[in-house]
Amino acid sequence: MSQKITSLKEAKMQKTFKIITILFILFGFGQIGFTAEKELLGAGATFPYPLYSKMFDVYHKESGVKVNYQAIGSGGGIRQLINKTVDFGGSDAIMSEKDQAEAGGPILHIPTCAGAVVITYNLPGSPQLKFTPDIIGDIFLGKIKKWNDRRLQEINPGTNLPDMNITVVHRSDGSGTTFIFSDYLSKVSNEWRGQVGKGTSLKWPTGIGGKGNPGVAGLVQQTPGSIGYVELIYALQNKMPYGMVKNKKGNYIQANLKSTTLAANTTLPDDMKVSLTDTDSPDGYPISGFTWLLVFQEQDYARRSKEKAKELVKLLWWMTHEGQVHAEPLHYAPLSPKAAEKAEKLIKSISYKGSSLIQ
Amino acid sequence: MKAAHFSKVAFAEIFFRKLLSLAGVFIIIILLAILFTLFISSFPAIRTFGLYFFSGSTWDPVRSEFGALPFLIGTLATSLLALAISIIFSLPIAIFLGEYFTQGGKATFIKSMIELLAGVPSVIYGFWGLFVMAPLVRKLELSLGVAPLGVGIFTASLILAIMIIPYSASLGREVISLVPADLKEAAYSLGATRLEVIQKVILPYAGSGILAGILLSLGRALGETMAVTMVIGNRNSIPNSIFSPANTLASIIANEFTEATDSLYLASLVELALVLFLVTTFLNTLGKWIIHRMAVNR
Repeated sequence: MSQKITSLKEAKMQKTFKIITILFILFGFGQIGFTAEKELLGAGATFPYPLYSKMFDVYHKESGVKVNYQAIGSGGGIRQLINKTVDFGGSDAIMSEKDQAEAGGPILHIPTCAGAVVITYNLPGSPQLKFTPDIIGDIFLGKIKKWNDRRLQEINPGTNLPDMNITVVHRSDGSGTTFIFSDYLSKVSNEWRGQVGKGTSLKWPTGIGGKGNPGVAGLVQQTPGSIGYVELIYALQNKMPYGMVKNKKGNYIQANLKSTTLAANTTLPDDMKVSLTDTDSPDGYPISGFTWLLVFQEQDYARRSKEKAKELVKLLWWMTHEGQVHAEPLHYAPLSPKAAEKAEKLIKSISYKGSSLIQ
Repeated sequence: MKAAHFSKVAFAEIFFRKLLSLAGVFIIIILLAILFTLFISSFPAIRTFGLYFFSGSTWDPVRSEFGALPFLIGTLATSLLALAISIIFSLPIAIFLGEYFTQGGKATFIKSMIELLAGVPSVIYGFWGLFVMAPLVRKLELSLGVAPLGVGIFTASLILAIMIIPYSASLGREVISLVPADLKEAAYSLGATRLEVIQKVILPYAGSGILAGILLSLGRALGETMAVTMVIGNRNSIPNSIFSPANTLASIIANEFTEATDSLYLASLVELALVLFLVTTFLNTLGKWIIHRMAVNR
């Protein structure tokens, strides 16, 4: 007899529990639906993260739209965009043909700023050194093993280079910085192009790896006689010495905002899928690159609403116009007028069901 | 009334037992699901490379050539070396705390400190390794005439050893303190010295327990990611000396997974995870078999 009572009590409890669960789910979904319009999701490159972080914070204050950006790396950004889990991806690397095909629709590369990859090193006295493209290639290939190598001494006559081994430090994680650097080396060294190639993750011939820009900088700072490549911003903030690099026109250029911006001052294709390395510009720094925001050109996919697409386009327009003032204080090179013009055209070409979203 | 009460109790018993067995089954299902997912996701790589994956020593994402050998060697080298170093410390600690210094405030203090070692997040070990251990190892390398990198298998093994000491020390101490007093008394009454009692009574009795602790340590060492990746040097090739930089299975997955764009690259990374899973399972099974043999022989 009491078993029946027990089961009735249990039945009542179960029913209450079910109702609570359903209410919870409805409420939860309702919340998601409610806030969906006012939030954008992005993921990708770590290099522009400080700038994006600032930009999104200001944008939120000005427009009320919250932008959530996860700095998981250029490759990660590309992958998430292809998986359609984010509204936009951030990348310092141009999407490969394979990834483009996998995406299933044209993806626009909208530049937001440009950066420089500098060659930093750890030598007693932190002398200011000069490097030529072939010397950089041979150091990272492991062919030049000592700091007082004849070739290094030749282009740095005033400096007393020590008899120390060169320890190469590279990135252990896949990164856009590596992509820009290896893209440059592939252009200036036939041997590099044949043996290693360009990419976000490489089969490095020599050296040790550090995780992220901080990892490489940390290892260089600690290892006497080491050499590595990091984003300019990072070398500046950690007061690390970095070398002047000889560019295509034969000038030794120091990396700074000016020379990076000048490097971008070359013929830019309409789709902005351009590499800035080994630039033709006479005063441009040769190891520079754009960083892009990747978006689908046709925004009607995966049940996206027109409102969401409009918000995205507004954000992109803001980032390439009003938002650019935040670049310089954070040591990022803002878009040149030519680059901004191309960016505008690209943003205008974003469509929803065929019709443009912005005039 | 009595019958009603009895059936209620019986129901509770059956319900509780079913809940427990459900929990057990749940764990097995999750484990099998993990294995299954790893297998499915790595299938493109398994199909492309086959068994050559285990003997291939090239890791080239640009040319899509992948081989697991450098990482397999890196994982085994660092884990086994770390285990060897940690046993030198954890066994004496276990004996000291289990036999000599069992009660009192100081003993409790030491026990808590050792347990605290296990609680330190691995990222912190990584930072400490990079900023404290690496310069020391660098000095050592300079004095030995080896490339003063500071990072490499040796540094990673040292950090790992410190991380895994608590697991074997705590478990070891537990089993040593559980050795029945009458066995020890009997030995003493036969004229055995303290050292002899430890050698001939305590260690054989607690042997399987101590080994279980060591096995736990090994499992921890095999899977440790963050601390290792910060001090191992991240060189994707087979190490040729104890001071060379290298890479482990866990460390390369952590480094490259979020950025792997091409599907063969991703599948190869997942296959590395599968390899790690299988290596851990194999070593665990081997360890359990050894423990079983020891227990049986006694």
